Amino acid sequence: MSGTRATTIDDAALATAPRAFRLDAWQAWGVILVAPYLLVFLFFVIYPVGYGLWLARDPASYAHLAADPIFARTVVNTLVFLIVGINLKMAIALFLSGFFTHERRWIRWLSVLFILPWAVPSIPTILSVRFMLNPEWGVVNQIIFRLTAEDGPNWLNDPRLGLALAITVHIWKSLPFWTLILLAGRLAISSDLYEAASVDGATGWQKFLHVTWPSMRALYVTCTILSMIWTLGDFNSVYLLTGGGPADLTHVLATLGIRYLRLDQIDHSMAAVVCAMPFVLPLVYVLMRRLSK
Amino acid sequence: MSVRIAGAPLDAADSPRVQPRARWNWLAAAGTEAKLLLVGIPVLLWTLIPIYHLVLFAISPKQEAFSGALFPEHPTLRNFEIVFGQRHYFLSHFWQQLWNSVFIAFSTGVLTLLIATSAAFAISRLKVRGGRTVMNLALFTYFIPAAFLAVPMYKTMGAYGLLNTKWALILAMVTIASPYAIWVLKQASDKLPLELDEAAVMDGATPPQLFWFVYLPLMTPSLVAIGVYALLLAWNEYLFAFLLLSRDTDVTLPVALGSFLAADDSPWELLMTTGLIYALPPAAIYYVFRRYMVGGLTAGAVKS
Repeated sequence: MSGTRATTIDDAALATAPRAFRLDAWQAWGVILVAPYLLVFLFFVIYPVGYGLWLARDPASYAHLAADPIFARTVVNTLVFLIVGINLKMAIALFLSGFFTHERRWIRWLSVLFILPWAVPSIPTILSVRFMLNPEWGVVNQIIFRLTAEDGPNWLNDPRLGLALAITVHIWKSLPFWTLILLAGRLAISSDLYEAASVDGATGWQKFLHVTWPSMRALYVTCTILSMIWTLGDFNSVYLLTGGGPADLTHVLATLGIRYLRLDQIDHSMAAVVCAMPFVLPLVYVLMRRLSK
Repeated sequence: MSVRIAGAPLDAADSPRVQPRARWNWLAAAGTEAKLLLVGIPVLLWTLIPIYHLVLFAISPKQEAFSGALFPEHPTLRNFEIVFGQRHYFLSHFWQQLWNSVFIAFSTGVLTLLIATSAAFAISRLKVRGGRTVMNLALFTYFIPAAFLAVPMYKTMGAYGLLNTKWALILAMVTIASPYAIWVLKQASDKLPLELDEAAVMDGATPPQLFWFVYLPLMTPSLVAIGVYALLLAWNEYLFAFLLLSRDTDVTLPVALGSFLAADDSPWELLMTTGLIYALPPAAIYYVFRRYMVGGLTAGAVKS
C-alpha cells in the first residue's frame, strides 16, 4: 500500500519536475528582463523623490512659502490656468471632434494640418507667438496701429493678459491631441444608433445629447483628469511666453519650482512641489483605477 | 417623434413635384457646407498663424520681418546661410548642438526600447512574479508631471556626478519615457495569442529564443511607435535639457534657442530660422509614422 503510494508521488514528482524547473527558469529570465527598468526606477525615481522629500522636510520652508506673496499668486494662477484652460480646451476638442467626423476631402486635409501644433516642438512656435505680441515690432500691434492709428496693449507686460495668453498657447499646443482622442471615441460609436435616432426624427442636438454624450462621457472624464495632471506640469507655455513675469505675477506651480531653484532656495522649490501633491495624488489614484484594468 | 423638416416629405420621390425638393436639398447641402466652412476656416487660421509667422520670419530679411509685413516681399535664404555657416556669435556651436540633439534623441529611443520591451515581455509573456506591481509603479510614474521631478532629478544627477554630461539628459529622458512605453507595449503583447508561445515552447524554445524569434517580429508596429515616441520626447524636451546641461558645446538646440531670450538685442530672425530647422525633423518623422503613431499611442488613452 505504502509502496504504491510512494510510486504515485514519485510519478507525480517526475511529471512536474521539468515543468517546475521550466517555471523557475522562466521566472529567472523574467527577473533578469525586468531588472533594467527596476534599476532605472530605483536610481532615477525612488532616489530623487526620496531626496526631494528629505529636502522639503523642514516645516519652516512651508511657513516661508505661505508668507511669500508670489506663492499665493502662483496658486491662484495655477487654479485659473487649470479651470479655464482645461474646460475650454476639452469643450473645443469635443466640438471639433464632431466637426472632423464629416467626410469631406478638404476636412481630411485640414485634419492633417491640424495636428501640426502637437507634432512640432513647442519652443519655436511659442517664441514665434512671443514675438508676434512684441509691443513695438510684433505683427499684432503693427496691425492694430495700421487699423486704428493707436498703440496696441503691451500684451505680455500685463499679468492678466499674460496669463490668458499662456493659457491660449497651452490650448493651441494640446488641442490637436485631445481632439484626436475624442474623435477616436466618436468613431467607435455604432452608426446604427445615429440611424435609429434619425428615423425617430432627432435633431443634431438631440442626437448629441442622447447618443453621443452618453457613449463619450466616461472617455471625456478620463481625458479631463489626465489633462489636469499634464496641464499642472506644463512648464513651457508659461516659461517661454512670459517667463513668469512681469514681476513674477504669471507663475504657475511648474515654473515656480524652477524660480526657487534659480534663487538657490531648493527647499522652497521642493516644498512647492509637495504642496501640489494632495491635489495630484487623488487624481493619479482615480486615473490608475480607471486605466490599469 | 415626427419632427420632420417642412418641405422634405418622405414620399417626395414618388410625387411629380421633384423640382422644389431638389432645390431644397441643394440649399440644405449648401447650408451644411457653409456651416462646416464657418468652423474649418477659423480652425485653419488658428492652427497655421504661429507656424506661418515662424516661416515668414525665417525667409524674410530682418527689416522686413520687423516691419510687420504679412507676406514675404523679398524672400531670401540668407538667414539659413548665416545659421548653417555659424556666422553669428549666438550660433557659433550650431552644428555641435544639432548633433547633441540627434545623439540624445536616438540614444533615448534605443535605450527606452531595450528597457521597455524586455520589461513588457517579462510581465506579459513570462508572467514574472510581481509584474503587476511593476506595471502599477510604471503607471504611477507616468502620471506624475515630469516638471515636478525636474528639481530632485537635477540634485540627483549632481550627486551621481553626471551633471553637464549627455548621459544625465539621456537617463532622465529614459526614466520619463519608459513607463508609458512599458504600458503600451504590455497592452500590445497581451493581445498576442498565448498559443504561439506554447507552440514555441513545445519545440523546446528558451525564453531568449521566444523573445527574439516570436515576440519581436510580432511586436514590430508597436516597437516603431514607441521608439519614435521616445525619440521625439527627447528631441522636444526643454526643461530637463536646460537644467541638466549648461556648457555651450553640450546643450541641445532647444536650450540654445531659449538662451536667445536672455539678451535684449536677440537676432530674432536667426532664432526663428534655427527654430524652423529644429522643428522640421520631428514634424517629418511624425507624418511619416503617422499610421503607427495614432494607432499605437491613442490606443492606451482611449481604453476606459
